[in-house]
Amino acid sequence: MGHRIQFAAKKLLRMALLLLGVSLTAFLLMSASPLDPLQTNVGQAALGTMSQEQIARLEDYWGVNDPPLERYLGWLSSALRGDLGTSLLYRVPVVRVLGERMGSSLWLMAAAWVLSGLLGLTLGVLAGACRGRWPDRLIRGWCILISSTPAFWLALLLLMVFSVWMGIFPIGLSVPIGAEAAAVTLADRLRHAFLPALTLSITGVAGIALHTREKLCGVLESDYVLFARARGESAPSIVLRHGLRNVALPAITLQFASISELIGGSVLVEQVFSYPGLGQAAVTAGLGGDLPLLLGITVLTAALVFGGNLCADLLYGAVDPKIRRGAARR
Amino acid sequence: MRPILEVENLSISFLQYDRGARRRVLPAIRRLDLTLEAGQVAAVVGSSGSGKSLLAHGILGILPYNARMEGTLRYRGEPLTPQRAAALRGREIVLVPQSVGYLDPLMKVGPQVARDREKGRGVLGRYGLGPETGDLYPFELSGGMARRVLISTAVAASPALVVADEPTPGLDARAAGRILGHFRELAQGGAAVLLITHDLELALTIAHKVAVFYAGETVEEAPAADFARREDLRHPYTRALWDALPQHGFTPIPGTQPYPGAIPAGCPFAPRCPKRQADCGGAIPYQTVAGGRVRCLHPERGEGS
Ligand code: SF4
Repeated sequence: MGHRIQFAAKKLLRMALLLLGVSLTAFLLMSASPLDPLQTNVGQAALGTMSQEQIARLEDYWGVNDPPLERYLGWLSSALRGDLGTSLLYRVPVVRVLGERMGSSLWLMAAAWVLSGLLGLTLGVLAGACRGRWPDRLIRGWCILISSTPAFWLALLLLMVFSVWMGIFPIGLSVPIGAEAAAVTLADRLRHAFLPALTLSITGVAGIALHTREKLCGVLESDYVLFARARGESAPSIVLRHGLRNVALPAITLQFASISELIGGSVLVEQVFSYPGLGQAAVTAGLGGDLPLLLGITVLTAALVFGGNLCADLLYGAVDPKIRRGAARR
Repeated sequence: MRPILEVENLSISFLQYDRGARRRVLPAIRRLDLTLEAGQVAAVVGSSGSGKSLLAHGILGILPYNARMEGTLRYRGEPLTPQRAAALRGREIVLVPQSVGYLDPLMKVGPQVARDREKGRGVLGRYGLGPETGDLYPFELSGGMARRVLISTAVAASPALVVADEPTPGLDARAAGRILGHFRELAQGGAAVLLITHDLELALTIAHKVAVFYAGETVEEAPAADFARREDLRHPYTRALWDALPQHGFTPIPGTQPYPGAIPAGCPFAPRCPKRQADCGGAIPYQTVAGGRVRCLHPERGEGS
């Protein structure tokens, strides 16, 4: 029990340091950004017609003249108290923006995560089991093609084929244009989330399938598989009894580590589909100089990624008998 | 009686790709001969890393895809084709592997010994392992336990031929003796046991017959009794091995075995052989001498030496 608490404490400390570092980096990058929030958000023409006082007030609002260190410390001290500030662009508390955006993004990412995990594992195992033969070559070729395709390009392609040419799916947004919030059905939401989720899964599958295949090939060349063959086990039985078992552990780690890629991918994909999720908000906040919102998003996604890796660690301990039994004996 | 296993002029080589696409054939086993009868323990003795394990894999038909096997393998008088080996392995022909590395690290021992739970317990019990052993993972086994578990996997079938690959490394003399005792029991039960080892001394404690393996060849097949006296041994290398035994003064053999791929023409032992003569660079026949066989032009025994 003692070492478990120690483990948790260590992890929490690391998480705190990580979030601190990430928020500081995001802040520094933002301060170094050549974009002038006033010009971007108010517009050159409008600025020209304003009086000095008005401009000064705006500058005050966007925090242009405050010393960076002071701004960051100010943000940090309120963030520690749970207040992430108010979004400068949306004029509502950052926490609320995060909550709303997270709601739509979460479905998207969860669907893509599950789909790419299952599909990637299946394809990887299939390729590994048939290594060197045509199913393997086909799957590998496809994966390499996909992983060298940029996510946004794939998104555009799907958008063109399914929405523009075939008209099966909507072109963008998460709900029908102009519909009242109450009138939006679950089917509407699913229809809108389908293409972005598909894009994200397709790009996610490649990495997981290729990794799983490598792992399975390694397992199939191991001494214990050789011995299983020596004992007359058939090839399918070897893959099912020994292959899956030994591929499961690395697959879990990979699956949780893929969360970071998923978030990265969602930024581009949401942008293409104008899907109002976290990723799109990140782009808007970054380009619009909305410092509190950007910091909020950064911290939230970093925490998500960290949480994913933590889950992988914990699960690993629960699944791997070496760790599980080793810990029990201590 | 018809032998269980006959190996004649067996060779196993590997296709290797050097830098670029240059292929080269690496002979790991070049001329291996051996006969093994039911109820017999035959030991193939050769230094570590000399490719002896490949003999085991060849018999079971589980050589890697880039290996080529030639020569004759007969099981119960019939050619042991890959198809036949596939049908027999795990049932009549079983392998006792070298280490726990040959057990699935993430599967409990019990189901790996036998799929049937009761049967697995029975077999483990036969080797003094309690039913709780079945719930352990391979990494939790001690050295001696691991050996017994590995033997259990073989006995779960009812084998006619047991191929044991280096079954005693890392054990002290007493534990090793106990493990070898289990193999003798199997032979007494009617199975033929092929023991592949680098340890001549241990092999002699249970083997009826010893095949000496040098640089990819069996240089001598002799009844174990011949090892009682140096004069009864035929090949100069066998005598050198005898001299290297602890009870005969640990006299080491000068020189080293040639690497596969760099084996001299003619007798591979020639560079280290005290009896070498001019014709040793030519073809060396495998001849029968005094109830054993030897691959030497000037055997130590049989020429009035
Ligand atoms: S053939 Fe010649 S070199 Fe080889 S072992 Fe016999 S005597 Fe020695």
